[in-house]
Amino acid sequence: MTIRASATCTEWMKRQGVRFQHAMGGTLHLGRTNAFFLGGGKAMMNAYFAAAERSGIRIVYNAEVVDLDVVDGSFQSASVLVEGKPVQIGAKVLVAASGGFESNLEWLKEAWGPAADNFLIRGTPYNKGKVLKRLIELGVESIGDPTQGHCVAIDARAPKFDGGIVTRLDCVSLGIVVNKNGERFYDEGEDFWPKRYAIWGRLVAQQPEQIGHCIIDAKAMGKFMPSVFPPAKAQTIRELATLVNLPVENVVATVKAYNDAVQPGSFNHAIMDDCRTSGLKPEKTHWALKIDQPPFYAYSLRPGITFTYLGVKVNERAEVQLSNGQRARNIFAAGEIMAGSILGKGYVAGFGVTIGTVFGRIAGREAALQALNQGETRNGKEEAPRHAAK
Amino acid sequence: MLPNELMHEGEHLMTVCNACRYCEGYCAVWQAMERRLVFKESDLNYLANLCHNCSECYYACQYAPPHEFDINPPKTLAKIRAYTYELYVWPQPLAKAFRKNGLLVSLLTVVVLIGFLVAASASVGSRLWQPVRGGDVYEIIPHEVMTLTFAAVGLFAALALLIGFLRFWRNVGEAYSGIAAPAALARAAKDVLRLENLDNGGAGCTYPGAESSQSLRWFHHLTFYGFLSCFVATTLGAIYYYGLGWHGPYGYTSWPVLFGTLGGIGLVIGPIGLFVLKQRSNREIEDESQYGMDVSFIVLLLLTSISGLLLLFLRDSAAMGTLLLVHLGIVMALFLTLPYGKFVHGIYRSAALLKWSLERSRPPEHNLEV
Repeated sequence: MTIRASATCTEWMKRQGVRFQHAMGGTLHLGRTNAFFLGGGKAMMNAYFAAAERSGIRIVYNAEVVDLDVVDGSFQSASVLVEGKPVQIGAKVLVAASGGFESNLEWLKEAWGPAADNFLIRGTPYNKGKVLKRLIELGVESIGDPTQGHCVAIDARAPKFDGGIVTRLDCVSLGIVVNKNGERFYDEGEDFWPKRYAIWGRLVAQQPEQIGHCIIDAKAMGKFMPSVFPPAKAQTIRELATLVNLPVENVVATVKAYNDAVQPGSFNHAIMDDCRTSGLKPEKTHWALKIDQPPFYAYSLRPGITFTYLGVKVNERAEVQLSNGQRARNIFAAGEIMAGSILGKGYVAGFGVTIGTVFGRIAGREAALQALNQGETRNGKEEAPRHAAK
Repeated sequence: MLPNELMHEGEHLMTVCNACRYCEGYCAVWQAMERRLVFKESDLNYLANLCHNCSECYYACQYAPPHEFDINPPKTLAKIRAYTYELYVWPQPLAKAFRKNGLLVSLLTVVVLIGFLVAASASVGSRLWQPVRGGDVYEIIPHEVMTLTFAAVGLFAALALLIGFLRFWRNVGEAYSGIAAPAALARAAKDVLRLENLDNGGAGCTYPGAESSQSLRWFHHLTFYGFLSCFVATTLGAIYYYGLGWHGPYGYTSWPVLFGTLGGIGLVIGPIGLFVLKQRSNREIEDESQYGMDVSFIVLLLLTSISGLLLLFLRDSAAMGTLLLVHLGIVMALFLTLPYGKFVHGIYRSAALLKWSLERSRPPEHNLEV
């Protein structure tokens, strides 16, 4: 349904003033599959805010919802801090679109344990998940695994919050990645990087102290998107290991074992080439070149959470479902708060924004219809979703 | 050398931007950036002059303040641009003029030059407040004085601008042969004449505020083409005088007067529009130290056009003599200050666009295709 409904999204977004990139290089070289926003996500949000204001919608900034008053599945009012002052706001309907809980470190720890202390949060520090938590406490059915999220391996020096796109590192498939013991732990060349970047956060999160180190040599330099922090650089693997505080002998042994296992092949980063290792555990199955040309470089990696997958359950009209099997009478939800991703495994680039757009439109339309019709008695039978599947 | 602090600011900007690249569709700066992995001073100088200061990227940027990366491309590039103006200037000791080219200095220059012209006028009888037969300007100021002073000022300004251009061209690492590449020249000319980089596919740019608008483009067009039209008028006048032996004043429907009048009107509306936009513009994206330089250029253009139009319409009145000397003084001051003020942005930006035009048809130095 999301995919079907997404077909009309770009036209609608353009009508709201959102602009898209012309097909060019593109940040992740996904130009053939993805439409990128001109100027990125903030430019999209600016366009939406401007469009909302043009339609006479009032936007209250510096406001935080701290509590919801819900009686028998029916929303009454919200307690809001506006510029720090408490205000009670009542409404006929509520659309919850307040995101996940990735910047709530306490909650992350509940899900992940102490490992969460080493996570970096790629987006805003304001995604505390307060509304999500409150809705679940109020008897709304939750869906999704609290330990699941879009988690990317990013530069370990990234800011705790809001490092965004520039902290990603695209050199994993060009080198090897070792953990704090100097050992490899996964096939760096399993598939094209754009298809793999979203699993590496979890891989690093499962390593001791949640850290990994990507080691490349001079051959790889200049072959990946430049990153925002400079790498550690040394003339020998030994010096490099010392620089990044790794057990030197282990790293030297790991690199030697890797180099010895590299099979001859013709390197081509644009295809799944035949450069692979043999007899190594784990193998590197593509783009395996010897790490032998100084200077050597290392980038340290940490798990960076983009967004979380735990959400409230909604139906096809974006109506929130209660755990007693009923639906909430006047609560709708859209975006990350209802589903960070609806894919069980893996990730399709841009899917989070697509879900948000599709369900944002549905929730807005349904909430408006309901607010207009309130007071009129409803048909006993379930109304068919009016526009959702169009 | 770029001051250390500015060099670091520029490198930091390019490191963050080159790792993000979401702005690549906005303008040439970002596409030119993507062809580079390392940013030397000469790269920053080039990119700074390629920037049209529209701030589209600033509003889109998630790393703009209050983010700790503190990214502000239009402001950083404006500061570097101001530095490059002083770097390329000829003669070098006049570099200080950029910082001091405020409104007051420009107006003082105007007064001094008018004084000089009044003195010159004494030799033909100082007929400043009497109607002149047939509006003949040479009854007010001797032909030799006018021709020689304007030729000297004009040639000096042209030479200074040419040297500035060549210094830029060498600094950013281009060969002189590039100047004569017809296809690249044509593409750069289109970028310059249409202000392609402020167009964004018809939406315009975020100047003066965060909403897209074509106003900057249109007021700049009026100013630019107004200036050009007045230049054509003067050139035609010279051809009429020297080539065809037709002595002025020329009729209202003659080509020099038509070009001058249309250009003058453009040069009234355009600079006023630019000034109003400047007043409304977002201070966050501007290098405030350049305000004086920007405003004095706008005011000189405006004074030129207003005094020129007044002279045209009052050329048969008693005020003609005075108006003529005022107009000539203003024009002379304008030309004298051209190489040391805001005008040079046109030279360096056009040069940067020509370099971009050459650069984009070369194979990329780095191949990042995954």
